[in-house]
Amino acid sequence: MKGIAPILLVVAVLAAVPLVVHSNTALNFLVITLLTALAGQGWNILGGYGGQYSFGHAAFFGTGAYVTAILQVRYGVNAWPGFAIGIAAGALVGAIIGALTFRAGLRGSYFALVTLAFAEVLRILASVAPVTGAGVGTLIKLDLHASALQFESRAVFYWVILVLLAVSLVIARTIENTRFGAWLIAVRENEDAARALGVDAFKVKLGAMTISAAITAAAGCFYAQYFLFVDSGIAYGTRMSIEALLTPIIGGAGTVFGPLVGALVVKALGEVATYVAGDAPGLNLIVYGCVLVLVIAFAPRGLIGLVTGAGRRLARGKREVAHG
Amino acid sequence: MFSPVILIPAILNGLMTGAVYALVALGLTLIYGVLHIINFAHGALLTAAMFAAFFAFRLLGLDPYVAALLIAPLFFVLGYGLQRLVIGPASRGDDRNMLLVTLGTAIVIENVLLYAFRADTRTIDLPYAFQTIGVGFTFLAIPRVIGFAAVFVVALALWAVMNLTDTGKAIRAVAKEKLGAELSGIDVPHIYAMTFGLGTACVAIAACLLMPTFYVNPTVGEAFVLVAFTIVVLGGMGSVPGALIGGLIVGVVESLSGLFLGESLGQIGIFIVFIAVLLVRPTGLFGAKA
Repeated sequence: MKGIAPILLVVAVLAAVPLVVHSNTALNFLVITLLTALAGQGWNILGGYGGQYSFGHAAFFGTGAYVTAILQVRYGVNAWPGFAIGIAAGALVGAIIGALTFRAGLRGSYFALVTLAFAEVLRILASVAPVTGAGVGTLIKLDLHASALQFESRAVFYWVILVLLAVSLVIARTIENTRFGAWLIAVRENEDAARALGVDAFKVKLGAMTISAAITAAAGCFYAQYFLFVDSGIAYGTRMSIEALLTPIIGGAGTVFGPLVGALVVKALGEVATYVAGDAPGLNLIVYGCVLVLVIAFAPRGLIGLVTGAGRRLARGKREVAHG
Repeated sequence: MFSPVILIPAILNGLMTGAVYALVALGLTLIYGVLHIINFAHGALLTAAMFAAFFAFRLLGLDPYVAALLIAPLFFVLGYGLQRLVIGPASRGDDRNMLLVTLGTAIVIENVLLYAFRADTRTIDLPYAFQTIGVGFTFLAIPRVIGFAAVFVVALALWAVMNLTDTGKAIRAVAKEKLGAELSGIDVPHIYAMTFGLGTACVAIAACLLMPTFYVNPTVGEAFVLVAFTIVVLGGMGSVPGALIGGLIVGVVESLSGLFLGESLGQIGIFIVFIAVLLVRPTGLFGAKA
């Protein structure tokens, strides 16, 4: 299939990292970075390709995390099917929210607002409902066996999240290559024109939102397995919604590698800030917010757009030199 | 629970809180009406103003109601600068960019406050904070009554600015027909920044009115911003009377749902109103047809 080679190359390089890097701190950093990239890839499908900016992707992340955790703790379900059901539940929540909002014709800022509100409703419900452990949260029992989807070594966790990310990269590439992707981009560029040409905008957006929610929910399921703890602030708090949106915007919205690049840059800058100014609450997010504003001001197509734009200009310059 | 002895004070208190909500929403709706952006930094600016009021009291010994006279102009300048130097240039008029730039600004402001003051919750003690006045068979806290009255004074002042001054005329012209206003020599970036400044001044006054009875911490604005969005959506985006009436309605809804569902679920009532209005009638109760 077209464009799969670069994905294989990037994934192969990333897969080799734990063979060289053995430090637990470094691996932990990479796991969190890939986790953020995965959540961001979910946002990217809907926001990057579809132009529907959600401010509430935590709704899907949190649903994935809670369902995975609750099924194991309260219903004795094995972690593997629990993980799969978590993804399905996230997709379902996405489909429901999508059906309601797109049916009502909400676009732009209205869509951003309503997704934010849905995530807040879920957060408040999760903070009081007995099934989620209310204010205390849900703790998954430590059981370091592959059968329980828990691993002694960070490297194995790293490979698990890498496989999930690889699947999300392939999904993004597949969308780019198919008719569905063309419809989605048409809706982003001009919804009314796309409809006039016979694109069923409602169906296309709903499909994108469901896929998008499933991917971000997968990040949530992984979070639950990795940290073995979920509470309402972690699951449905605004922080996850912000990170899911930040990574693709900074890396390059509507590109396959945008969320990965964005997550690497943002997380690395966060580490640098901590190193320079000491570990203090809020510091990471100050950096993220500044980078977000700077990227929109100076690199509206994200860092990938900046690089490919420069490459194209360079190539054009060379051609002109050759002709002149 | 349904007896009037409980219901009426709940409704009255809801109206008092609602008035301050309305003032927060007034700033938001003003900015939306002219710039057509949803200002996600609004809540963070409220938090910043509450911190300003807190330190004005702690360091200078200024009563929050007096400090408002100082903080409102200060935040007007801050809002003007923010729009003129950051939001305007960075977003270049694109809707999605504006959404993200105001979000980025909110993240920065909120976390600078968190970095500087940590997550501690702070309050100020005023001698009159717990004094009440009797209305019929119920009692109302004095700061809430002052807040309620002040909101209408501010709304009246805003009305005067919009209708009696040249700047107000220019703002209304830009809101109605941006290109036409530009062609008749109105400096649109300046008017945008003036509007943003006015909206920010509204939120600063709201902060000073809240401070005597409320607490401040770096995330306090988050709770208000969704409430303010709800009001703006309920009243119709860009509608000033809509924001006032919407604020009062939301205050009562919150107060009553808090009474029936308990404190932590009280806010759910607001969000459900919010989602329902957006889904059923996104132009709000008073908004024009989109």
